[in-house]
Amino acid sequence: MSRGSQESSSSFVLGPAMQTKEITVPTSSVAMMGERDPLGDTQMTVSMGPQHPSTHGVLRLELVLDGETVVKATPDIGYLHTGMEKTMEKEKWQQVVTITCRMDYLNSMGNDLGYCLAVEKLMGVEAPPRAQVLRVLLTELNRIASHLVWWGTHGMDIGAMTAFFYAFTEREKILDLFECATGARFHQSYFIIGGCRWDIPDNFPALCADFLNGFPKFLDEAKRLLTGNKIFQRRTQGVGRISTEEAIQWGLSGPSIRASGVNWDIRKSEPYSGYESYDFRVPVYHGGDVWSRYLVRMDEMEESLKICRQALERLKEKGPVMADHPKLKLPDRELMKKHIDVMIHHFLIASEGFTVPIGEVYFPIESARGELGYYVVSNGQERPWRVRVRAPSFVNLSALPAMVEGQLIADVVAVIGSIDIVLGDVDR
Amino acid sequence: MTQSANDAQPRQADTISTSSASPNQTTRYADASLLRTHFAETVEEISEALGEVTVVAKREGLVELMSYLREEARFRFNFLSDVAGVDLGEFAEPRFAVVYHLYSLEHNHRLRVKVYLNENDARVPTMCGVWKTANWLEREVYDMFGVTFDNHPDLRRILLPADYEGHPLRKDFPIKGY
Repeated sequence: MSRGSQESSSSFVLGPAMQTKEITVPTSSVAMMGERDPLGDTQMTVSMGPQHPSTHGVLRLELVLDGETVVKATPDIGYLHTGMEKTMEKEKWQQVVTITCRMDYLNSMGNDLGYCLAVEKLMGVEAPPRAQVLRVLLTELNRIASHLVWWGTHGMDIGAMTAFFYAFTEREKILDLFECATGARFHQSYFIIGGCRWDIPDNFPALCADFLNGFPKFLDEAKRLLTGNKIFQRRTQGVGRISTEEAIQWGLSGPSIRASGVNWDIRKSEPYSGYESYDFRVPVYHGGDVWSRYLVRMDEMEESLKICRQALERLKEKGPVMADHPKLKLPDRELMKKHIDVMIHHFLIASEGFTVPIGEVYFPIESARGELGYYVVSNGQERPWRVRVRAPSFVNLSALPAMVEGQLIADVVAVIGSIDIVLGDVDR
Repeated sequence: MTQSANDAQPRQADTISTSSASPNQTTRYADASLLRTHFAETVEEISEALGEVTVVAKREGLVELMSYLREEARFRFNFLSDVAGVDLGEFAEPRFAVVYHLYSLEHNHRLRVKVYLNENDARVPTMCGVWKTANWLEREVYDMFGVTFDNHPDLRRILLPADYEGHPLRKDFPIKGY
């Protein structure tokens, strides 16, 4: 009754869909926060995050503690969910690369690469050799950059503040290289379907060689600073252990599973972009603890450096960076001025986009965090019907309770750091 | 060896024929033709496109099929890569597909298993008993598509808030708001 009178007095009336409804939020767990069990148990529920600095973004953990021991851990995610998979469905095929690199923002090159390879497989297109070398080089540089952020923040979580500054100084150099090659530092969208957006500038190889020559010195320093640090070792050795069987059961991938003794790297097992022709080693450790995961990533930086050196050598060979495909490559500008049909062709690609044959494809690649899979479904239109991203951080995070339950609360911080999640990748 | 003799012979793990893939990728898919005889009631169709093998299965007997794929020596799909939901369109019937991507760390091959579901009866058995990875992956499909996973230990929304209405990856869910 009273609502009716309100409606008549106001000039703006809410439609039925906009009226506020009673919200039912499950408050039981929130109400328990900070309270002791009334039955006299020593258990206590604590909310960690989403603003906790060690959660690397907006991860919330609901921890049930018995003293300092974690009895139960329940990750609560979704704070960064932006519906990227939905957004991709409304973008054209070639526009999606601007979204993919924003998911796992520390490994943006790898995210673009996976999507491009998936669509290229659907279309039956292969990027030219020079584009493949560029893809490998930049993806590996990005892997180093991503591992540097992990190294710095992982150390900082545990209390080694200095490492962070060294790592970010070094990462800055890689971002400068990206700026030189692609024009952007973070969200490059440099890999496009069919190749790369443009060729690198002439001074890039020299700048890149400078960085590659200086990086081993940094790695030595890094090892002295953190790897050899007794406090760091005591904080990480034997912490957050996960056995080989459990790691496989929980679907861990990337450095996290290689630290549990599984020799599996998609760059080796299902090579793409010519990885089979590069000489590198897959570091495997058997401890399954935070320390092993640390060592795997430290070794991986060295291996990535090796790949970068080989790729830089191959970059001396000039060639096209875009596949010569009428749908993917924009027509020549001079021809456009002379022929109306070339002009129309350009206009159609730029305004309507191109179509991709009907089909579905699952393309896994090795991102800095593990298996990054793109399941792309096309219904033959200018826009993807469905792009599903198998995000490595999402699956790796689901194994977190298995690693931290029974451990001390202070070690939760170390374990989160060691699985190297990016919340943009978890929530998408 | 003639074709009939080949069929009579039980195949060994090392004789699994692998499909050819596109030049820039080397993913191998397992030969799933064996499932036709072993799971005649569950498996509806086995197809291959772009070097990727898809097994279309019914949800009845799906858990048995997946457990078999996990345990059988010539498959050994011990790693669940992904569980994806697909909305085939708001007027399509069946409306949804739940797509499992399996990987074998032992044999280094993959397989795609697909289950089609009608809109008014969108439920599949959970795979949590087969792979623990399925827990979160299935929760995401439930969250985004509203597909129910029977016997799931913890079927709650995962990315969206608990009081959220609708399932955003359905095709009839608007991209823009009011």
